Amino acid sequence: MRKDLTSYALVFFGLIATAQAADPPGTPSAAVVMAGRTAASSTADHSKFKELDRDFKSGPEVTRACLQCHTEAARQVMRTKHWTWEFLNPGTGQRLGKKNVINNFCTAVPSNYEFCTACHVGYGWKDANFDFSSEQNVDCLVCHDTTGTYRKLPGFAGHPVYQDTEFPPKSGKIVKAVDLKKVAQHVGKSSRKTCGSCHFFGGGGDGVKHGDLDSSLTQPGRHLDVHMAKDGLNFSCGTCHLTSGHDVPGSRYAPTAMPKGRIIRGQKETGNPASCESCHGVEPHAMQRLNTHARKIACQTCHIPEYARGGIPTKTLWDWSTAGRLDKEGKPFKVKDSTGREAYDSKKGDFRWETHVIPEYIWFNGTVNYTLRETRLDPTQVVKINSFEGSPMDGRSKIWPIKVFRGKQPYDVGHNQLVVFHTWGKDDAALWTNFNWERAIEWGMREIGAQYSGKFAFVATEMSWPITHMVAPKEDALGCAQCHAPATGVGRLDQVPGVYIPGRSANRALDTFGWGLSALALLGVLVHGGLRILTARKREGDTA
Amino acid sequence: MSERIYVFKRFERFWHWSQAALILFLLLTGFEVHGSYRLFGFERAVDYHTVAAWTLVGLWVFAIFWHFTTGEWRQYIPTFQKVDAMLQYYLFGIFKNAPHPFRPTTLRKHNPLQRLAYLFIMVIVGPMIWVSGWFYIFYDYWPVWGWDRFLSLEWVAFFHTLAAFLMLAFVIVHVYLTTTGHTPLSHLKAMITGWEEVD
Repeated sequence: MRKDLTSYALVFFGLIATAQAADPPGTPSAAVVMAGRTAASSTADHSKFKELDRDFKSGPEVTRACLQCHTEAARQVMRTKHWTWEFLNPGTGQRLGKKNVINNFCTAVPSNYEFCTACHVGYGWKDANFDFSSEQNVDCLVCHDTTGTYRKLPGFAGHPVYQDTEFPPKSGKIVKAVDLKKVAQHVGKSSRKTCGSCHFFGGGGDGVKHGDLDSSLTQPGRHLDVHMAKDGLNFSCGTCHLTSGHDVPGSRYAPTAMPKGRIIRGQKETGNPASCESCHGVEPHAMQRLNTHARKIACQTCHIPEYARGGIPTKTLWDWSTAGRLDKEGKPFKVKDSTGREAYDSKKGDFRWETHVIPEYIWFNGTVNYTLRETRLDPTQVVKINSFEGSPMDGRSKIWPIKVFRGKQPYDVGHNQLVVFHTWGKDDAALWTNFNWERAIEWGMREIGAQYSGKFAFVATEMSWPITHMVAPKEDALGCAQCHAPATGVGRLDQVPGVYIPGRSANRALDTFGWGLSALALLGVLVHGGLRILTARKREGDTA
Repeated sequence: MSERIYVFKRFERFWHWSQAALILFLLLTGFEVHGSYRLFGFERAVDYHTVAAWTLVGLWVFAIFWHFTTGEWRQYIPTFQKVDAMLQYYLFGIFKNAPHPFRPTTLRKHNPLQRLAYLFIMVIVGPMIWVSGWFYIFYDYWPVWGWDRFLSLEWVAFFHTLAAFLMLAFVIVHVYLTTTGHTPLSHLKAMITGWEEVD
C-alpha cells in the first residue's frame, strides 16, 4: 500500500516537474530544463536585473554586482573551507585542508597556487600573499552557473579565461572566452554539474581521486546512482549536502561514521544531513535481520558494491618515483595502456586505473589522523597519509567501504618528513618544466619556509577515502553470500577483524574436533560392520 | 525361533521419522551456514534451517506431551545394569553370533546403551542445540533485551556447532547400529511397522 502511494506521489511530482520544465518555451538542453525547475520555484529572474545587464570584464566585477543584493554572501563563503582551504579538526587538533595537507596525488598546493586554485571558489590566489579578506575575490559563478559555459582552467589562479585561449598550451585547442554577462544573468542553484566541475576532477582529472565521484554523475542512470538518477529522483548534490548560509555539510576530514538517525524539522540538535540515516533512519529495512546488520555496518558497505561504475576509471596507484624520464631527444613522453588510459607520463610517473572497483573494508569511527608535513615518518614502512581510526569494540565504529590510493612520493631523507615540491610554474624550477627533482623540491620547501636536508628519496604511501556516493539500486546491493560462505571462498569482509561472520570465521579447533569425531565414528562403524560380515562368512564356511 | 512384539506406537514412529528427516536436513543446511560447503546458497540455507528448526520445535512440543501423558518417558531412565554386557556384545559377541544380552519388551524397548545414548542426546546435545539455536534466532533482539552484554555470537555459534557435530556422530553410529538386530533389517522394520522380530 505504501509502495503504491509512493509511486503515485512520484508520478504526481514528476508531472509537476514536467509541466514546470515545459513552462519556459523553447528550452533546449537538459541543463536548462534542470535550471528551469529551480527557476520556476525562484522568485527572482536574474536576467531582468539591470545590475547584471552589462558587459563584465572580470569575475570580481560580477561578484561586486552580486553583492549589491546578496550583501552577506561573500562573508558566508569566506567562513567555509571552500574559501580558506583550511580545516582545524576539533577532534585531533590537526590543521588540515588543501592549504596544509600533503596527499599522494598532486601532493601539495604551496608553490603551485596558480595551477591548483582553478578549483578555489575565488579569484587571484596565485601565491602565499592572497588576500583572503577581499569580498570581490569570492567566485559566485563557479557554483551558481546554470549555463555550463563557465570554466576555470589550471594556471589562471582561479580566473576563467576572459579571452579565447589555447588550452592546454600548445595543444591547438581553443577555449572560448567566457560570456560573463550571460552567465551572471543565468545564475541559479548549484547542481551536479557545478559541484562536479571541481569535485569530479580532483587529483588532476575525471574520476582520478575519489572513485565514487566523476563526471558520469552529471547525468547518471538509475544503476549508477539511485538518488541522482536523471530519470528518477534527480537529486542534486545539495539535496543531501543540505546547505545553509553557504556552509556545505559533509566532510572527509571529519566524516560522520555512525549517524544517529533521521533529522526532523524543528529538531534542536541536528547532525550531518549528508548521511543515509538522516532520511532513511537507522532501521530502514523491512527485514529485522538487515537492520541488525546496519548497527555495525555502514549503509554504504552493502549499497555501494563497487565504485567507479559510470564507465570512467579512477586512479588507484600513482608512482611519482618514475617521473622525469625523457625520451632519446630529451623530451617528455606518455605511454598509454591497452585501454588508452595514461599509464606513464614523464610529468607524473606511473599510474594504474581501474573501473568497477571493489572497495576495501575497515572499522571506522570518524576520526582521521593525517601524516602532515611536520610528522616524522618511518621510511621502511608504508606511510599512511591519513589513517582511519576504528575498532569493533569502541562502540562508535561501523564497517565502512574505502578506496585506498597507493603511491610513491618524495620525502626528505635527512628529516624523515614529506616534502612539498614545485610542480608547475612559469619559472624554470618547476618539475614539469625541467624535470629536475632536486630543484623542484628545494623551491617548494623554500616556498613554505621549511627545513630541507637537500637529500630526498621516494617512500611508499597510502591514502584512504570513504566511499559514499554512487549508491546502487537496492536490487544491486550485496547479497548475504558476498560475506557469508562466499561461493568463491573469498568474502568481502574477510580482512575485517573482531566480528563473527557465520560462514567465514569458523573455529578451526572445533572444526578439527567435529569432523575428526565424525570421521572416527564412520571409520568405527565401517570396521565393525566389515568384521561382522567377515566373521559371519567364516561361520558360514565352518558350518558348511 | 523368532517372535514379534509391538514396540513402537504410531505416534512414536511418526515422531521418529519426521525428526530424522528434520535433523538430517538441519545438518545439511546448518553446515552450509557454517561454511563447510555450498548447496542452497547461504541465504536460502539460513531460511530453510530456520523453518526446519521451528518445525522441529513444534514436533518436540507434541513429543514431550506424548511422553508424559503416556508415561513413555520412563523408557529413558538411565541404568548401568548390563551396560558391560552390551559393550561386551558389541565388541566380541556380535562377531561370534552370541545371543543379544538384551531382549526388548513393550515396557523396556531400549537396551541400556540406547538409554544412555538417547539420554545424552536429550539432556546434553538437545538443550545445547536448542538454547544456542534460540540465542542465534533471536540475535536481532539481543540489544533490545540487554543480552548483548553477556552473549557473544561467536560462543553461541561455537556451542551450536559443537552440538551439531555430536549429533552428526550420533546419527552415523545410530544408523549403523540399526543393523545389529535379530536380522540386519529387523530394527528398521520395527521403526516402520512398529513390530520387532526378536530371538
